Amino acid sequence: MASGRGTGSQPEREGAMSEVEERFVEINHRRCRIWEKGKGEAVGFLPGLGGAPRWTPFLDRIAARRRAIVVSPPGFPGSEGHDLLDERLDWVVALLDLLEAAGLEGKDLVGASVGASLAAEAAAVGRGLVRRLVLIAPFGFFDEREPTTDVWAQKPRELPGLLLSSHPERFQEIFECRTDADSADAMEWEIQQARAMESAARWLWPLGDTRIGKRLHRVTRPALLVWGADDRVIPPSYAKRFEQGIAGPVSVRSIPRAGHLAEIDQPDAVADAVLEFLESPIGH
Amino acid sequence: MKLMFFHLMPYTKLPADFAEKHGSVWVDIDPKLFDASEAGGMYNDFIDEFEAAAKLGFDAVCVNEHHSNGYGLMPSPNLIAATLARNTRDAAICLLGNSLALYNPPIRVAEEVAMLDCISRGRIIAGFPVGTPMDTCFAYGQNPSSLRQRYYEAHDLILRAWASDQPFAFSGRFNDQRYVNPWPRPLQKPHPPIWVPGGGSVETWEWCGRMEYVFCYLSYFGYQFARSAVSEFWRYMDKIGKDRNPYRTGFLQFVGVAESTEEAWELYREPAEYFYGRCLRISPRFVDPPGYMSEGSRRAKAASSVASAAKIAGKGGVSTEFDQIVKNGFVIIGNPDEVAEQLRKATLDLNVGHLMVLLQFGNMKHDLVLENTRLFAERVAPQLQGLFDDEWEDRWWPQGAARAANPSARVR
Repeated sequence: MASGRGTGSQPEREGAMSEVEERFVEINHRRCRIWEKGKGEAVGFLPGLGGAPRWTPFLDRIAARRRAIVVSPPGFPGSEGHDLLDERLDWVVALLDLLEAAGLEGKDLVGASVGASLAAEAAAVGRGLVRRLVLIAPFGFFDEREPTTDVWAQKPRELPGLLLSSHPERFQEIFECRTDADSADAMEWEIQQARAMESAARWLWPLGDTRIGKRLHRVTRPALLVWGADDRVIPPSYAKRFEQGIAGPVSVRSIPRAGHLAEIDQPDAVADAVLEFLESPIGH
Repeated sequence: MKLMFFHLMPYTKLPADFAEKHGSVWVDIDPKLFDASEAGGMYNDFIDEFEAAAKLGFDAVCVNEHHSNGYGLMPSPNLIAATLARNTRDAAICLLGNSLALYNPPIRVAEEVAMLDCISRGRIIAGFPVGTPMDTCFAYGQNPSSLRQRYYEAHDLILRAWASDQPFAFSGRFNDQRYVNPWPRPLQKPHPPIWVPGGGSVETWEWCGRMEYVFCYLSYFGYQFARSAVSEFWRYMDKIGKDRNPYRTGFLQFVGVAESTEEAWELYREPAEYFYGRCLRISPRFVDPPGYMSEGSRRAKAASSVASAAKIAGKGGVSTEFDQIVKNGFVIIGNPDEVAEQLRKATLDLNVGHLMVLLQFGNMKHDLVLENTRLFAERVAPQLQGLFDDEWEDRWWPQGAARAANPSARVR
C-alpha cells in the first residue's frame, strides 16, 4: 500500500480549505483521498450522502479541538475504485484497509448517513479498530411500517429540502459547483458528485435492511447515536434499533431543527454533542 | 427493407383523469387500476393482432419486456413469443427483452431462447436489452451501479453456453455455476442473431459495432427526434471502420393508416392522445438512479432515449394533443400513399433497414388495429419492400425466417 502527500488538485482550496492537508493512499490499486486538519488526538470522519467535496463548518469545529481526518471511501469525492467492489464484504474490507492506511486504527471514528453505516460495519467487524464510535443517522435497518425515504427516487431539485431541514441552502454551499456551469470544471464536478451517489448506491441499493442487526453485538466500545429530530430520510425512531443492538455503552442525542445531514444543517449542535462524547472519560 | 410488427400490449383502460390523479404509469402505478378480467380480453386481442400481422406478411413480430408498467403488459416476452412460435409460420419472432441482468442464473435466458428457437424452427431474434432504469433498478431492484457489469457477464455466459459442446464451469464476478449445460440448444448456429435496443449511449454503439449486433433505436418520439442519435450512431460506425449497412439498425415508429387523410385524423386522435397523455406519464423520480448512466455517457451528454423521454416530459415538452403529436412526427398518419412516402423518407434519411411499426397504440380498438394492420400490409408495405435490398445484405436475420422468405432455400 503506497501513500504520498501532496497539495491536491481540488478546483477550490479557498477559505477553510487552506489549512487542510491532502494525501492519497492506494486501496485495491486505486487512490483514495484523505484530508487532515487540526492538532491533537486523531478522530476519523466518514462523510454521508454526497461525500465531502468541500471542508465544512462541522469539520472545522472538530479540527479546532482534535486532528480531524476525513476519509473518502472508494468513489466518494477524491477517491476511486467503487466499481471494483461488488459485495458488502468487499466494501467493509476496503474500508478497514482505508482506515488503517489513514492511521486511524484504534482511534475514534465518526460516520454520517451512508458513512455511518460503513463506520458501524467497520466497528463490528474490526472490533479493536475503533475506540469510540459516533453514528450520525446511519442507514442499515428497514421497517416496512415506517420506511426510510428512497433518496435515489427523487427529483434533483427536491433533494436539498429532503436532506436538510432548517438550512437547505447549505446543500448548495457544500455540494454544488461554484464555477461557470458550462466549464470543464463544472462537468468534472457533476461527474464527481454523480459518482459519490453511485458509490453509496453500489454499497446500499435499494436502501433496505443491510442486516447490520446481526453484527451490532460486536460493537462493544462506547457509542453515540446522533439523529436530526427532523430527519425525513431515516425516521429518528430508528436510533432505538441501533441502541438496542450495540453491546457497548450507548447514548442517543437528538438534534433539534436538523435533517438527515444533521452535521451540515446544525454543525455547532452536532459538533458539541460529538466533542462532548469524545472528550468524556472512557466508561461514559 | 424488413417490416416488423411491434406491440407494446398496453393496458387500454387507464382512467381519463390518469395524468391528473396519478404520479406515474410505471413502477408505482396504482395496482387498484388493474382489472384482471379486462386484461384477459386485452391479452387475447393483442395475440390475435400479432397473428393477423404475421398472416398478412409482416417480416417479423416483435415482443418486448416491461415491469410494473401500465403501457406494457409483457413482463415475460418469452411467454407471448411461445404462443407466436406455434401460431405463426414464416415470420421472424423478435424478442426485445430479455434484460439479461434480471435473470438469475442468466442461463434461464439461454434455455428459453433456445426453446423458442427450436419450436419456431429457427425464427428467433434474441434481443438483449440492458433494460430501462424503471424496469431494472426500481421494479426489479437491481443495483444501478453494477447493472451493466452484470449484463456483460450474463451475455458472455449465455453465448458460451450456446457455443460450448461440453458442460463447463463458469466462475464469474456475479455468477458461479459448477455445471453449465443448457438443454435445449438453439437451432440457429452459432446462435440466433443478437439485437440490442439502446438510445444515445456511446457504450452501446461501441458494443454493437464491435460485436456485430443490431442497434435498435426504440423511442416513442418518431423519426424527427431519432435523427440526431441515429446519425451519431452512423458517424460512430464510420469512426470504428464499419460499413453503413442499414441492417445494422432497427427503428420504431408509431403509424396510423386510413383510406383518407381526413379519416386518419379522425381515427387515430383518441389512441394517440391516450398514449402520450396517459401512458407516458412517467415520474422523473425513476429516470436517473445513481450509476445507471455511465460516466462516459454523462460526459458525452448523451442521455439514454428513456432519459431523453423523461426530460422531454419534465420540460412539459411531450405533446399530448394530436395536432402536435403528428406535427412532431411522433405518430405518422395518413392515407397509404402518404404514410409510405413519409416512412420511405424517414428510413432513407436514418438509413434504417429494420423498420418496426406500432400499429396498435394507446387504447386503440381491436377492429381499428386489424384495419390499420391490413392497410399497412396491403397498401403501404409494397411501396417500401425492396428498399436497400439491391445494395445491402441483411446479415442479422434469423435463418429459419430467411428460408421462409425464400422458398427455394427452404429446408424444413
